[in-house]
Amino acid sequence: MRTFRTGRKVARLATAAGLLAFFGFVFFSWQQAIPPIERPDPAMFSPELIAGGEALAAEAHCASCHTRPGGQAFAGGYGVNTPFGVVYGTNITPDPKTGIGSWSLTAFERAMHEGVSRDGSHLFPAFPYNAYTELSDQDVKSLYAYLMTRPAISETVPKNTVWFPLNVRLLQGGWKILFFKSERYRPDISKSPEWNRGAYLAEAVSDCGGCHTPRNALGGLKTRAAYSGTIVDNWITPPLTERNPSPIPWSQEELVRYLRTGVTPLHGAIAATMTPNVRDALALPVVPDSDLRAIAAYFSDINHVSAHDSDIQATVKDALAASGLGSSLDYNPDAQLYAAACLSCHYNSGTGPLAARPELALDTALTLPEPTNFIQVVLKGIGDREGAPGLVMPAYASSFSDADVARLAAYLRRTRTKLPPWIDLDKKVAAARRQREKSQ
Amino acid sequence: MTTFKLNGRKVSVQGPEDEPLLWVIRDELGLKGTKFGCGIGLCGACTVHVDGRATRSCITAVRAVAGADVTTIEGLDPEGKHPLQLAWLELQVPQCGYCQSGQIMQAATLLKDFPNPSDQDINAVMAGSLCRCMTYLRIRKAIKLAADRMREGESHG
Repeated sequence: MRTFRTGRKVARLATAAGLLAFFGFVFFSWQQAIPPIERPDPAMFSPELIAGGEALAAEAHCASCHTRPGGQAFAGGYGVNTPFGVVYGTNITPDPKTGIGSWSLTAFERAMHEGVSRDGSHLFPAFPYNAYTELSDQDVKSLYAYLMTRPAISETVPKNTVWFPLNVRLLQGGWKILFFKSERYRPDISKSPEWNRGAYLAEAVSDCGGCHTPRNALGGLKTRAAYSGTIVDNWITPPLTERNPSPIPWSQEELVRYLRTGVTPLHGAIAATMTPNVRDALALPVVPDSDLRAIAAYFSDINHVSAHDSDIQATVKDALAASGLGSSLDYNPDAQLYAAACLSCHYNSGTGPLAARPELALDTALTLPEPTNFIQVVLKGIGDREGAPGLVMPAYASSFSDADVARLAAYLRRTRTKLPPWIDLDKKVAAARRQREKSQ
Repeated sequence: MTTFKLNGRKVSVQGPEDEPLLWVIRDELGLKGTKFGCGIGLCGACTVHVDGRATRSCITAVRAVAGADVTTIEGLDPEGKHPLQLAWLELQVPQCGYCQSGQIMQAATLLKDFPNPSDQDINAVMAGSLCRCMTYLRIRKAIKLAADRMREGESHG
């Protein structure tokens, strides 16, 4: 009898504790709706505020997730692939019904700083509010002014495909307890103003970590491994730390040039998901040079470029010496495949490589620990709207067998780098091809 | 629908976006100067310029040139008098001629990047452009002749 009663008591207590925790969670997670407003008159925002917001919106590449391919700017509809389903960028034009026209500045600020929609529902972290929480109040105001003065476009975006129970917005409150802290950027006073500006832009505005910092199984950023590189849409985003495997270290000048133009002779060209971050964002004239220099100052400090003792001239010389391999008359099937398919565009000579001829010996596609990016670029090629402007590469998926791609990868890794060979190349090429065919 | 510029004129084509640019140029837009060789990007006969750079059109999907500037042998020079074309005529480079438009388009990019090309530069950049008639020696000679004239033209220009 006694055990029975104790058992019941324990059960009651447990229920009470459970309910308390549940209501506590609901209390914590529940957010009030902020009343809708009439769309603010565009004339009430000062031109300076709007101009500041335009630069910030470019640096934060808002349009890349909030514009569908071929759609009108900021009207939403781009699908962000997450391990939990597709999340569609919302319409952030000032249309009152389908956009954010009825949002007050307070509602907009809460969305940016706390990740909560005007109606009180939690936003999915595909919207990187964990970065934007660091934005200054002034910058949030500028962004608001810029967005509220864009043309209002009535467009409803597709429904997200996030699966149950993660699609329950209230539960996003749990994600926030685990991985989110609402706080503004705090300058590091031991560093220069330029460095701090760069850190602010990289962390609060451009959210470089969103793609270059690995995530845990629940999609939280592994902040201890900040900028150590990960995989996004089947491409490796290289580490931005001293572990970056680029044969020539990333100096401030190289980074500025790369972010401004999408290509440098000593580092090659952008590809894949980096494309919009440059072409629709940092390369835009509205982004001031000083901001690019600041971002570059920040990362050339993080990657300890000054501690690299590599001899740039010697590295370039070796690269150029290897660049013509394959054009001789010696019979070497690997080199002949390379000469037939790649050499006419990638060959360099003279005193240095040309930006329009990405030098493979200097490219991280060959020096990363995995052949992922090399395989992707060979199979997919690069269209005119991807990568650096004016550089198009054909797609070899239909002309090369898996064995051909594996052979090229092994040959280039062997002759253009001093790194150990990639393993299981055949399997990796086959897997990339399967994935590619599935996604088409 | 895909829209791009062909020899300076805006063109829009219907049809699948993954259709090779070569088929679009020859069969839909009717320009036959660009040739079909191997169909797998390994012989160079189909070479055209995309944004001014030699590209194998047989394995470039038309989608990949949306918004781009495409130039074929017909548009390399308005009168067909590009220094390479003149050198080709002067030295009577072609034998059967099938690969030659691809050769010239590739050579034009070569001279843009290497205005004074060494034998090694020519061998490397032209390595992907095959000629079954073995006109390689005349091709090399013509490239050097055109390079000389273009450099002279610049210094006198």
